[in-house]
Amino acid sequence: MQNKNWKAWLYLLPAIAFLGVFMVYPLVDVFVYSFEEGYNSTSQTFWGTGLYNYSYVLHDPYFLQAVKNTFILVIITVPVSTGLALLISVGLNSIKPLRELYQTVFFLPYVTNTLAVGLVFMILFKKTAYSDGLINLLIHFFGGQSIDFIDGPYWAKMLVMCIYTVWVVMPFKILILTSALASVRQDYYNAAKIDGTSKWRTFTRITLPMISPMIFYLIITGFIGAFKAYSDEVAIFGTDLNAAGMNTIVGYVYDMLYGDSGGYPSFASAAALILFAIVLTITVINLMISKKNVQY
Amino acid sequence: MKVVLQHLTKRFPSRSKKGEEVTAVSDFTFEIPDGKLIGLLGPSGCGKSTTLNLICGLETPTSGHIFFGEDDVTRLPPENRGVGLVFQNYALYPHLTVRQNILFPLQNLKGSEKLSKQVMLEKAEEAARLVQIEKLMDRKPSQLSGGQQQRVAIARALVKMPRVLLLDEPLSNLDARLRLQTREEIRRIQRETGITTIFVTHDQEEAMSISDLIVVMKDGIVNQIGKPQNVYDEPCNLFVAKFLGTPPINVFSGEVRGGVLYIGEDGVLSVKGVSDRKVFVGVRPEGFLLEAAGPLSCQLQAVEVMGRDRSVVSTHPAAQSETIRSIIPSEVQIDQSRDFVRFALKPAKVHLFDAESEERIPFTV
Amino acid sequence: MNYDKIEQAAARRDKIRKIITYVFLTLWALIVLFPFYWMLLTSVKSYSAYNGEYIPSFFTLSPTLQNYVDAFTTVNLARYFGNTILFTVATTALMMVVIIFAAYAFARLDFPGKNLVFGLFLSLMMIPTELVIITNFVTITNWGMRNTFWGLILPSVTSVFYIYLLKENFEQIPDELYKAAKVDGTSDLKYLFKVMLPISQPTVVTIVILKVIECWNSYVWPRLITDDEAYFLVSNGIQEIRENGFGRENIPAMMAAVVVISVPLIILFLIFHKKIMAGVSRGGTKG
Repeated sequence: MQNKNWKAWLYLLPAIAFLGVFMVYPLVDVFVYSFEEGYNSTSQTFWGTGLYNYSYVLHDPYFLQAVKNTFILVIITVPVSTGLALLISVGLNSIKPLRELYQTVFFLPYVTNTLAVGLVFMILFKKTAYSDGLINLLIHFFGGQSIDFIDGPYWAKMLVMCIYTVWVVMPFKILILTSALASVRQDYYNAAKIDGTSKWRTFTRITLPMISPMIFYLIITGFIGAFKAYSDEVAIFGTDLNAAGMNTIVGYVYDMLYGDSGGYPSFASAAALILFAIVLTITVINLMISKKNVQY
Repeated sequence: MKVVLQHLTKRFPSRSKKGEEVTAVSDFTFEIPDGKLIGLLGPSGCGKSTTLNLICGLETPTSGHIFFGEDDVTRLPPENRGVGLVFQNYALYPHLTVRQNILFPLQNLKGSEKLSKQVMLEKAEEAARLVQIEKLMDRKPSQLSGGQQQRVAIARALVKMPRVLLLDEPLSNLDARLRLQTREEIRRIQRETGITTIFVTHDQEEAMSISDLIVVMKDGIVNQIGKPQNVYDEPCNLFVAKFLGTPPINVFSGEVRGGVLYIGEDGVLSVKGVSDRKVFVGVRPEGFLLEAAGPLSCQLQAVEVMGRDRSVVSTHPAAQSETIRSIIPSEVQIDQSRDFVRFALKPAKVHLFDAESEERIPFTV
Repeated sequence: MNYDKIEQAAARRDKIRKIITYVFLTLWALIVLFPFYWMLLTSVKSYSAYNGEYIPSFFTLSPTLQNYVDAFTTVNLARYFGNTILFTVATTALMMVVIIFAAYAFARLDFPGKNLVFGLFLSLMMIPTELVIITNFVTITNWGMRNTFWGLILPSVTSVFYIYLLKENFEQIPDELYKAAKVDGTSDLKYLFKVMLPISQPTVVTIVILKVIECWNSYVWPRLITDDEAYFLVSNGIQEIRENGFGRENIPAMMAAVVVISVPLIILFLIFHKKIMAGVSRGGTKG
């Protein structure tokens, strides 16, 4: 028996070792860093402990810009993508021919390298000396003024950002919602049909309540995902997000850690913990709301 | 409301690309009289559920017509037909209370048919009273037993006072005791409301016990329509004879020669008006009489005590099944020391079927 | 009541609804596919043709493969590509070993403290990478593993979620099989590899595919840990190409590179789309 116990721990050893070094220890360490003031990564020394790092980050205009960007992104993309995905899934669920083809096509963005496709979005929206770019031509066609979406005004950049983010997150949401919709038993719809329930009422009174747990799951994961936005931004605006005014909180953390503005793990830790606190708060609020509203 | 089915046919395209299409219902013609309880009976896959779906409008027939009274409803959407349907697994909305479930169909009414809240609530109460669930109105379906859910489903189907009530395997999800109770309940509700009711089942006992008329289907084709007792007493073919009755009918292969029916070498019954030919002989379990000089001799296997009756299990080389089961009243003495028994047959419980067509051959003694 | 009218109206409503649905779905399909079409199209336009078009044309009559040649010669695309394949294969293989053993221990073996340890594992699922990446960066730097494959690979060879997924799967294998194997004198390890893994093959394949996608697209960690081009993965390579390669305006060549790094995953997807979609709906999160 004793022998067996040893064996079990042996099997677990690699997992525990890796998790210990790369998950548990860093988790403790990030708190330590965030309170060590004036930490120097080359000499590995610091001159005090306290809340200075937090205060620095919270007063850093780059950080505030990143927070603002992230919040705008979250508030726009989560409802838009969830709503659009719901619409598409309902459509998908109501057709028979070609359904699988559409499903497969819709899922395609999930498997593509977002950095790579981001470049395509960039050239579609970008205005250069040679060409206004395809989107601007479309705007022209409908009688609008061309805008540089990549190096132009803030709202234009934010718009591209939101469009790309929605494009990237849709596959997952469509997939989850389509399978949730498909799992609602046909009997309920037949019963509703015989009772003469209008399509809209069937949707709001039967379909929505039945899939509400999945919708809330998507909203929660959507919030978490959107708050961690970073690489999609890099894909469109390049690595220097601060210069583009398009940085996100996660981007700020990495910039503090590394690169031209890097070398400040303490500031990075403080910013990461602030982000974690925001995400945790929002998730808890979400869970509380969903408990009240998910109906069975 | 009288329901008329005329040459009703439904074909489904085949699942595989090459295969032929599947005929679920074939040339079904039947006039269901007003206010009756009809049992659609058959093994699974016989087309009875498709027939139900055609009547309520969830499917449209490939050809043929459906009339409710004088109205041709063949292609009418379900909501305009005025039907109520109770689903096999009830399809109660899990997120709504019993009251909300029953109210649901009423809330769909639009325009001139729209009801005030008060009237709707009264109607829901009335429907609930009819099925005796008025005390459960504020519960969710998950808090109800199977039998209670069944009643809620019936109440929901009845609340709009449909012209026709349809029940799809209404008892199959209930345990044996509840099944007995609920089938009485369905009969009572049907009598009280007088709504023409059609229900689908694969359980012949269920269909026989409460229906005014039963329809026996096989492979999309209606085999026989009639009062339960008539169908039992005069099955039109071997399939119907086998499908009705528990324990099932015993089938022998036999032969008619010169007006006498032979099973094996034994001439067991005189059958007049039947020309010489090979036949299948169906004998109901209660059609055997234990007689010392009976013409049919079988190997005795066992005697099972069932209380009121005894069941004698025996074998015969000409039998189509492994054993022959006969029901003998308890008072009759059975000599179990010998390894064979001799039976005489009650002519009314014996049915002859043509060996080729399996159609019933009438005869007189 | 006029039944004919009701019937006709219902049929018409159904038809209109169907048309709207298909139009809408096709529109979204176009939005999804258009970027892919555009990258393919641009990648076969010649540099001069592309820059000569003030109004970009939707097709080209003189496709060229010159951009692909450029992509492999002017910048180190082949190297990025090779690095990514090495990284993906090594990470996935190592992770499979780690998680198979861990899942086996949790599912099959009994030892004191098992539930406690498993609970701790599960609680780690809630920890976002952003929180631990800072220290990991410092750790790897201190170990002198920046710009090495080990530095790239090591932090991502465990996944609590996949251990959980696999453990659940292992537990569904009936105990009788284990007892039968024991009676036949099969060793634990042999049982794991000859019985449990083959039975759980669908889950294992799903995990492998998901991990491959994740590795192929990973960007943040490689960016932090490598600044030597010799160790760039495709994601970093793309950024590098964009900022320093080809010259900023050679967009056709850039698109050729984008096509090249997108193609492997798209092929993988086309082959395994059912498995991938089923796997993601069971356990993937993104977005």
